[in-house]
Amino acid sequence: MLDLFVNAIVAGVFLGGFYAAVTLGITVAFGLLNVVNIAHPAFVILGSYAAYVANASFGADPVLTGLVCAPLFFLIGVVVYRVYYASFEKTGEESLRGLVFFFGIVFIIEVGLLIQYGVDYRLVEASYLGKSIQLGPVGVAFRLLIPCAVAVALTAGLSLFLSRTFFGRAIKAVAQDAEALRLMGADPVRIKDIAFGLSIATASLAGALLIMIGPVEPSMNREYIGRVFAVAVLGGMGSTGGTLLAAVILGVAESLTATFYGPSWAVAVSFGILLLALAVRPAGLFGR
Amino acid sequence: MTDDVLLDVRKVRKHFGGFAALNDVTLQVRRGERFGLIGPNGSGKTTLINCISGTLRTDGGHVVFEGRDITGLPAHRRTRLGIARSFQIPKPFASMTVLENLEIPLEYAAAGRSHSGDAADEAREILRLMGLDAKSDVVTAGLTQIDLRKLELARAMAARPKLLISDEAMAGLSAAEVDEILTILFELKGRGITVIMIEHIMRAVMRFSERVAVLDAGEKIAEGPPEEVVSNKAVERAYLGD
Amino acid sequence: MGGARFWTAAIGVVVVGLLVTRVISNQYYYFAAYVILQYIVLATAWNILGGYTGYVNFGTAAFFAMGAYTSLVLIKALSAPLPVLLLCAGAVGGLLGLGLGYLTLRLKGVFFSIATLAMAVVLQTMFVNWEYVGGSRGLSVVRPARAPFFSNYVEFLFAVMLVIAVAAVAVAWWIEHSWVGRGLTAIRDNEEAAECMGVPTLRLKVLATTVSGVLMGIAGAPFPYYVTFLEPGSAFNLDYAVNSLAMPMIGGTTTWVGPVIGAILLGTAQQVATVTISSALNLLLVGVILVAFVILAPQGLVGLARRLTARGRA
Repeated sequence: MLDLFVNAIVAGVFLGGFYAAVTLGITVAFGLLNVVNIAHPAFVILGSYAAYVANASFGADPVLTGLVCAPLFFLIGVVVYRVYYASFEKTGEESLRGLVFFFGIVFIIEVGLLIQYGVDYRLVEASYLGKSIQLGPVGVAFRLLIPCAVAVALTAGLSLFLSRTFFGRAIKAVAQDAEALRLMGADPVRIKDIAFGLSIATASLAGALLIMIGPVEPSMNREYIGRVFAVAVLGGMGSTGGTLLAAVILGVAESLTATFYGPSWAVAVSFGILLLALAVRPAGLFGR
Repeated sequence: MTDDVLLDVRKVRKHFGGFAALNDVTLQVRRGERFGLIGPNGSGKTTLINCISGTLRTDGGHVVFEGRDITGLPAHRRTRLGIARSFQIPKPFASMTVLENLEIPLEYAAAGRSHSGDAADEAREILRLMGLDAKSDVVTAGLTQIDLRKLELARAMAARPKLLISDEAMAGLSAAEVDEILTILFELKGRGITVIMIEHIMRAVMRFSERVAVLDAGEKIAEGPPEEVVSNKAVERAYLGD
Repeated sequence: MGGARFWTAAIGVVVVGLLVTRVISNQYYYFAAYVILQYIVLATAWNILGGYTGYVNFGTAAFFAMGAYTSLVLIKALSAPLPVLLLCAGAVGGLLGLGLGYLTLRLKGVFFSIATLAMAVVLQTMFVNWEYVGGSRGLSVVRPARAPFFSNYVEFLFAVMLVIAVAAVAVAWWIEHSWVGRGLTAIRDNEEAAECMGVPTLRLKVLATTVSGVLMGIAGAPFPYYVTFLEPGSAFNLDYAVNSLAMPMIGGTTTWVGPVIGAILLGTAQQVATVTISSALNLLLVGVILVAFVILAPQGLVGLARRLTARGRA
């Protein structure tokens, strides 16, 4: 019993680390730019399929594919944001229309993948994925460990970028004071372009990590929508450190639920956490 | 002296995270009074108005209106009891015409308080007072800035309030436009409405107010007749710095 | 459209629809028409909360499926008659709307929308795991052998859905022209101002969500009899979510006419298309059309028509 418990917690921690990678894009897009990109998980799945295709065709390593495709995803993000900004943000219609816009994109991506690849689960193969390592009493599979490690590295990298570079700090500032940015000679819209492009670029890598953890099929994006927003809210909307902590909390909660109540209920956990966070502490754990 | 106290703000506190926007603010507004509220930018004036109107929940203290503690009431209930406000940055119902904008408060807020006649007629009468009646069928998305400000006041009036709070209605307007708004505010007082005016334009505050309160960094630092307040050293420091 | 004209038209539509069953005997038309009428209900219901109030519900499928499954349970357990199915499905849909609304409508609209998405996923999981209704495999339902007043049960279902559709549109028409509708418009235009102008925003939003839920639940009630085999995949189908959103967007969200036009146009197009293209491609096209409309013609066809007639007059 204790064994089960400890295993669940450890698995949850690593899963949570991965959830942070998936959520980072939302931390930037929603937390900092206030763009409700519900299509973010769909882009993540797109990244998963990119990794799958590269792996099936060339035996390419998924993490490598994720990194290589990131610039392309960045460009897609910039284009999407340009359309979003011109159509909705400029006119102040972003609440209803913007949401519907991203919903349409979810559909286009999900159904597009369905048409191209069907409903079957896809996975990647890499030599190290089958192995596992013993950490004391607990065995941890590499397929969980590696994605978590990469996710933590990504979180740290993004955190440094946001706090140490000009663009990063501009991104943090743009939501709060676009006027001040203009006075400093920076174009707020360009900054937001870059920020949103960056958020989609993270989806490329996150998608690669996702397909390493387990098989992927197009409709999975929907269960992640609840997760990423739960993590984003709990983590304080725009705080990378908060995202990581909140993601781990969600991962552990889901893992425990799955172990003791069955995997199908794990999906409800994120929903519950989101509602709870919004009701009790809308500013999140690290929130402003 | 037992003047009829309409609004009694008792030690109201409001903070955002670690920042104390309002710190034990206490003031009273008497029925029929012309009350001015001034203070440097960021002193908490709009936050105080939000707490009085119910848009924000206080973190401490009480708001008492006509002897009734309304601290826990949602904004729409307070409006029905007789508190109306205009918004510093106009928030018109953009898809509706000017007339329809007024019909909302007439229908929802004013319904309890007796009045004979058609809602549309009353709305037109208010618009005539404001000089907006020519535009009553114009969709608000096409209005000029001063018209939007007037619409804010017209809409607040349409709620048939006992207390009307005007939040920086004159900001950024020309001298002639400021006088237009001032005339309207005096007219409100003429109709028995108690008015709280928040403004930065000193000559308007001086002309309009019978009493003035000054906020700085979330605290009330002075209160009294306008000439007294304006020559108060603490007030000078607040605006000009040390 | 004024009251008298609307009601005359509504009754006229029902009468014509019923007469049609005497004339047309090709069952395919009734199957197709049922789906379109069902979408009129779903689109209209969605629009009460989405178009009138400005709160986007991504979980239409959840409400619809709850109605269908309520019906299924009552059929299996009690062999309940259709009126009971309609009533209970509506009540369950309404309760779901009430609960969801009460929990999430105090928050920003965004979180309401995300909650509807999450709710759909959670409910689907619940039904997949519920053996009584067949779990993921589903359950088959036998249509009653004889239908009251009509030659067969499918025609009867068509007639029932026709009446439901007209009733749903009538509800939307009433809301639009009443004090409720004006309050909802104020909320949509500027919720903070509406609240300060005396509009009880939370109460009205919860009302809109509940009414929407009731209508969606009722739409789902006859579904088990229509498909004769109910399983979570089809009940919670993507189609419902995207169509109930796309149809009002295409038709126009500010008036009751928009969802009806959108449902008829898009619904008919899809019925025609399913014969020629795969259902997945069909959905893809709907997604593309939705995005195109939301970017280029946000007021929908009704909005375009208004702009054209205004220009014509000027």
